[in-house]
Amino acid sequence: MAVDYTTQTTGGIGDAVLRKEDRKFVTGEGRYVDDLKLPGMLHAAFVRSSFGHARITSIDATAALALPGVHAVLTHATLPVETGVLSASNPGGDVRHPEQAILAKEFARYVGEPVAMVIADDRYLARDGADLVHVEYDPLPVVVDAEQALEPGAPLVHAEYDSNLVKTLEHVTDGFDDAMAKASKVIKLRVDNQRLTPSAMETRGCIGDWQEATGEVTLYTSTQVAHFVRTFVSIVCGTSEAKVRVVTPDVGGGFGAKLNTYREEFAVCAASHVVGRPVKWIEDRTEAGVATIHGRAQVQYYEAGVTDEGRIVALKFDAVQNNGAYNMLLTPSISHLTLFMVPGLYDIQDISIRIRQTFTNTTPTDAYRGAGRPEATHGIERLMDAIADDLGIDAVEIRRRNFIQPDQFPYSSATGLVYDSGEYEMNLDKALELSDYAGFAARRAESEANGKYRGIGLSTYVEVCGLAPSAVTAALGIGAPGWEHSTVRLHPTGKATVITGTSPHGQGHATSWSQITQTELGIPFEDVEVIHGDTAFQPYGLGTYGSRSLAVGGIALYRSLGKVREKARELAAHLLECSMDDLEWTGSSWQVKGSPDRAKTIQELAYAGWTSASLPEGLEPVLEATTFHDPPNFTFPSGTHVCEVEIDPDTGRVEVLNYTAVDDCGNVINPLIVDGQVHGGVIQGLGQALFEETVYSEDGQMLTPTLVEYLVPSAADVPPMTLARTVTPSPSNPLGVKGIGEAGTIGASAAIVNAAVDALSGLGVRHIEMPMQPARIWNVIQEATS
Amino acid sequence: MTMGQTITVTVNGTVHTAEVEHRTLLVHFLREQLNMTGTHIGCDTSTCGCCTVHLDGDAVLSCSTLAVQCDGREVRTVEGLQAADGSLHPIQQAFHENHGLQCGFCTPGMMMAALGIIEQQPNATDDEIRAALEGNLCRCTGYQNIVASIRAAADQMARS
Ligand code: FES
Ligand code: FES
Repeated sequence: MAVDYTTQTTGGIGDAVLRKEDRKFVTGEGRYVDDLKLPGMLHAAFVRSSFGHARITSIDATAALALPGVHAVLTHATLPVETGVLSASNPGGDVRHPEQAILAKEFARYVGEPVAMVIADDRYLARDGADLVHVEYDPLPVVVDAEQALEPGAPLVHAEYDSNLVKTLEHVTDGFDDAMAKASKVIKLRVDNQRLTPSAMETRGCIGDWQEATGEVTLYTSTQVAHFVRTFVSIVCGTSEAKVRVVTPDVGGGFGAKLNTYREEFAVCAASHVVGRPVKWIEDRTEAGVATIHGRAQVQYYEAGVTDEGRIVALKFDAVQNNGAYNMLLTPSISHLTLFMVPGLYDIQDISIRIRQTFTNTTPTDAYRGAGRPEATHGIERLMDAIADDLGIDAVEIRRRNFIQPDQFPYSSATGLVYDSGEYEMNLDKALELSDYAGFAARRAESEANGKYRGIGLSTYVEVCGLAPSAVTAALGIGAPGWEHSTVRLHPTGKATVITGTSPHGQGHATSWSQITQTELGIPFEDVEVIHGDTAFQPYGLGTYGSRSLAVGGIALYRSLGKVREKARELAAHLLECSMDDLEWTGSSWQVKGSPDRAKTIQELAYAGWTSASLPEGLEPVLEATTFHDPPNFTFPSGTHVCEVEIDPDTGRVEVLNYTAVDDCGNVINPLIVDGQVHGGVIQGLGQALFEETVYSEDGQMLTPTLVEYLVPSAADVPPMTLARTVTPSPSNPLGVKGIGEAGTIGASAAIVNAAVDALSGLGVRHIEMPMQPARIWNVIQEATS
Repeated sequence: MTMGQTITVTVNGTVHTAEVEHRTLLVHFLREQLNMTGTHIGCDTSTCGCCTVHLDGDAVLSCSTLAVQCDGREVRTVEGLQAADGSLHPIQQAFHENHGLQCGFCTPGMMMAALGIIEQQPNATDDEIRAALEGNLCRCTGYQNIVASIRAAADQMARS
């Protein structure tokens, strides 16, 4: 069941309009990077380290070069680049940023690190060539576990540093020690937020095309952040940014994994420069398991100081974040987002946080759907249940007692954020009602009669979205702003082009942006074309990540539409020979107040603005406007998720029977799209709770590189869902929107684990780590019952 | 080209005769040689179903089928779903109307698999659809609307 609405084929803000993107995808006419062919295009394959840590002693490409069809084998010594991969993240300053050469220089520090690149006529030959490149390695000691990496004497991932510590993030409130001392009880919990592989169904891929005569470089790449990539390509490849064009065709999912700039993107550009022809690389799935960033990988230690009534008066959070072998674009900032959200939606004013980030001999971690926030939510929501259990207070009641109350907004959190709005009990009450929480006991008894354990779990969350006010990103040590761009252009025919700096890859911006345009400017939905994905004709845009597109990019659009409407008003006043104050906006035309016969439609005004036959003094031709919108604050979506699980004691299988999600993402532009985001997000959270885990052996081998070992949920694994919404409009933007891209993932994992712990609570089980695969659960039951 | 062979394959009703390597996979033959890029590649372990096409009426993984195995046979891909007048096939229409796709990458394979399910089990329940869809992964939709799309298409196709 979904929120009630009737779908329609056209509409404005709030309507469930069917997506205008769909037709090309259902007919097979989508254009993803791998679908593109350029004249003379060659293909690249990478030779990757098979060791977790090794010195590269020699690379012999003789046999590969002898293979007919192989054009070049490039290594660090021969790939023409100026620098390595750059990180834009330096929270708190002094973050260790070791060099990450585009092709490994002297050392390989994780399995899959690219060592050489083979360029050949087709992808089969490139792969054949890669198999013939002979690399000699001198293996070195390996460390993959983040906590072990911090122990004295641990193997050093980067020998130039005296430890594997990347950075320690700390935040302690003045009153913390006193508050903790006064607590009547301290409740402790360790939570392991396991490493995940993002697994967009389209792997990464790119084509570099370096034009010798002009020095122009075009990079086609599957990315969420084309403009970042462009800036960094110019720096890494040593060419003018003005000569670099990045084209983002259709992108088959990102989930944060494509919010980055990768070695291969630079390498195909540089390689194209060398061979004088376009060079394409498409990541194999098995390659993606090691070559594309991982997510999560954070071990947390909680200590909650509580009163007898279950109020949390002090909270200590000590975590170790596994950054992997290098820092990617935002790696050090991801656990910084965790830091912000440690208290969740609870009024906890005294807090002590330490997050130690470490290097290990593993693929780098970075943003994965939720990016630091699911880690915070999962931990605190597990902790709330542990506290409830310890004090003998109901899981719902413990949350009510600690919630930030509606009259406390805007709410200053202990970590320095200002929450915009929210009514957390409203979410909770609605979710309890929809899930028939009160009737659970009977359902549990029924399951018990069938020999199954049944549990119910909930998760209440708030997230920080709408990244981000630029002054804040600067203060957080992120070397990039947080604004977004839009241009609205009206054509003489009355149609509109919207150029957006956001970079959709499944989110349906063409549809939502058209709806906003229809409502704000009266141009019909079907007359709006939304354009994105090519830096050649777009002003700088920041892209799509952090549930920011609507809350920042949508507002940039809203403001451009307003500018066009005002310009149209000035023109209308001139043409209707009245003052601007005499005009009123009807939704699609400017008319003299009370005189419907004296009006100009927006289409008429678009034509008049273009012909410019008669313009008022000082007004420029053409109805067009551009906005760079820097948000004044983040947004703070919230929600409550409830689910029930049944556990089979014989097999250890956890089955999620039903799932209820109540989300407050502020005002909604398109409920159909919002539902879709929640569905997908929840199932990614379910994947983490039940199946997914990226595993390394102790010697650094990747044990889960493919979709055979790494278990992405299938249709057979997912429960029916009930979705509902509450609305507290964000006061930080004129549309009152908050963002929904990550909410599902943030809310889901804790609800499911809490349900499983509840199911087994009768056996004395108090905590279960993820993923709750059958073997783990079976062992938990055996231990609890033996 | 090493070790080639000439094959004749009918794809969406059009006969193609082409030289292929013995090792050429059907999906690469379609995408690289015939430039029919609607069929996608999502894995290299026959796990994701993105590459699903129909071979002589059965849903198969084109990443695990050699082009030479298709000699003399009929292949149907996503490009062959639309009617000649451009109207969408009920399965395409259903995915659109039920928001059964987001990024669209899994969608061609998902629809081809769905058609196979509908043909074999026209009255499948939601649970049966979910079970039958196990070999097709989607990372965006959480499958809720995909299952709804397939049910809607099955109903529509049963009516017409
Ligand atoms: S490409 Fe994944 S199953 Fe064929
Ligand atoms: S719609 Fe993106 S993978 Fe299915």
